[in-house]
Amino acid sequence: MRDRLIFAGQLLFTLVVAAFLIVPAVLSMVAGVTENYFRGVRSGLTLQWVMQVWELYADTIARSFAVALITLGVTLIVGIPAAYALHLRGGRLSRAIEEIITLPLAVPGLAIALALLLTYGGFSDFRRSSLFIVAGHVVFTLPFMVRSVMAVFALVDVRTLDESASSLGASPWRRFRDVIVPNAIPGILAGSLMVVTLSLGEFNLTWMLHTPLTKTLPVGLADSYASMRLEVASAYTLVFFIMIIPLLVAMQVFADRASHQGARR
Amino acid sequence: MAPRPPAGALLPMTHKVFVRLCLLPLALVALAFFLLPMVRLVITGATGDLGLSAYAAILTEPRYRATLINTVVLAAATTAATLAISIFSGLFLQRHRFPGRAVLVAMLTFPLAFPGVVVGFMIILLAGRQGLLGDITLPLIGEKVVFAYSIEGLFLGYLYFSIPRVILTIMAAVEKLDPALEEAARALGAGPWAIHRDVILPALEPAIVASGAIVFATAMGAFGTAFTLATNIDVLPMLIYTEFTLSANIAMAAALSVGLGLVAWAILALARQFAGTTVAAAG
Repeated sequence: MRDRLIFAGQLLFTLVVAAFLIVPAVLSMVAGVTENYFRGVRSGLTLQWVMQVWELYADTIARSFAVALITLGVTLIVGIPAAYALHLRGGRLSRAIEEIITLPLAVPGLAIALALLLTYGGFSDFRRSSLFIVAGHVVFTLPFMVRSVMAVFALVDVRTLDESASSLGASPWRRFRDVIVPNAIPGILAGSLMVVTLSLGEFNLTWMLHTPLTKTLPVGLADSYASMRLEVASAYTLVFFIMIIPLLVAMQVFADRASHQGARR
Repeated sequence: MAPRPPAGALLPMTHKVFVRLCLLPLALVALAFFLLPMVRLVITGATGDLGLSAYAAILTEPRYRATLINTVVLAAATTAATLAISIFSGLFLQRHRFPGRAVLVAMLTFPLAFPGVVVGFMIILLAGRQGLLGDITLPLIGEKVVFAYSIEGLFLGYLYFSIPRVILTIMAAVEKLDPALEEAARALGAGPWAIHRDVILPALEPAIVASGAIVFATAMGAFGTAFTLATNIDVLPMLIYTEFTLSANIAMAAALSVGLGLVAWAILALARQFAGTTVAAAG
């Protein structure tokens, strides 16, 4: 009896926490398709707010995807070889490099954005283009890619693979392309999901780096929260949820599979 | 660009050279877009009207100091509350299997990828002028409870943001606990309270320290939530933003950013040191 009471108390508490997290999200999804949020769902359901968001903010959605994909491209090109080299070399220097590139996780985005503005604010073509935002996103997401790929290298015996390929006469570049990268695929995929998800939602840096012509989705969201009616802001948030949820689910599936594999090892 | 072997090279590139080439893109990116800008930021902080003493002003100037204290207190409160909630629910969820558990876990981790601005909007829907809380309290006590646009709202927002992250870490740590330890303690006659205090919490300590540090550092530097809720909440990121954009006091904004970055980095480095050695000792 006492155990059941304790169980019920704990369950109730956890349900309250879950409600705190999920209720506002559901409210916003409902508000985004409600005729008049003040009068509630009885006022009828509509897609007019979603359409309005599309008219007002379609460019921010497209730009966010473009920025995320370019960021992904750069982090792949920079991150995979770096993870390979850092893993192979080991030692104090590699750890120092790893430490430096993971610093952007500790330093607030606002500080990094300010630093980028102070350094490149004068290069007006760069400053005005979406690539300026990409630069910030790369700094912020790169550690996730490098770590995720390095985590796979720690499980696969890269050194032996590399050496046996080498004994067959493969050049370093061919070994990297045909042996190392294929073996790192799980880490590359997990890292890519992370990079794209983070880039799509990044605000702290982007708010400082954007110009009126390079607004991304989160910048547009902040804009709509400040100046649009609640229904439009909600519809816009709904669009963001729809974009981000598949990525989240994919990440979860990945994490589950990785932990199962870990258990089997 | 990915490194390629030099075209037409007669000698095969040695492996050592190739590995170094692999680091080249990283070195360039880190140097150009992180290290040099950070150096520039530190220098800019010392080149305003105040000179180097701009850094001291963070602590000596009453307005900055009050904001710093405010931010630290908020971050500490967020960390304590998040940890308490997440440990309680994390332990519960990992220990019991019941119908609907997977859905509950999914609900608790759903906001994981929400940016700070969206979290701010969630708090507005909960406790803002058209919020749920106001709708519930109006018929009950005759007035609308609205606190989204204040430091309490920000606290709620940081909780919203932090709980999913920490709960996942705690659940993973609970899963790795050795059930034999708990059974041994029970066999020796320890009550549930003593088992939690002396066996379970110490075993979870590395996870608690690590995730607590992340919550603290994030709450110190988060900007999106405060920005959405109100621009006049006295926290460090908002101060930096207003110094930079409204007052055009770029040097002070830079000095404050450097201070904020140092605090956040130090907290994380300390926690890692601590959690790392504990893990090593346990292994």
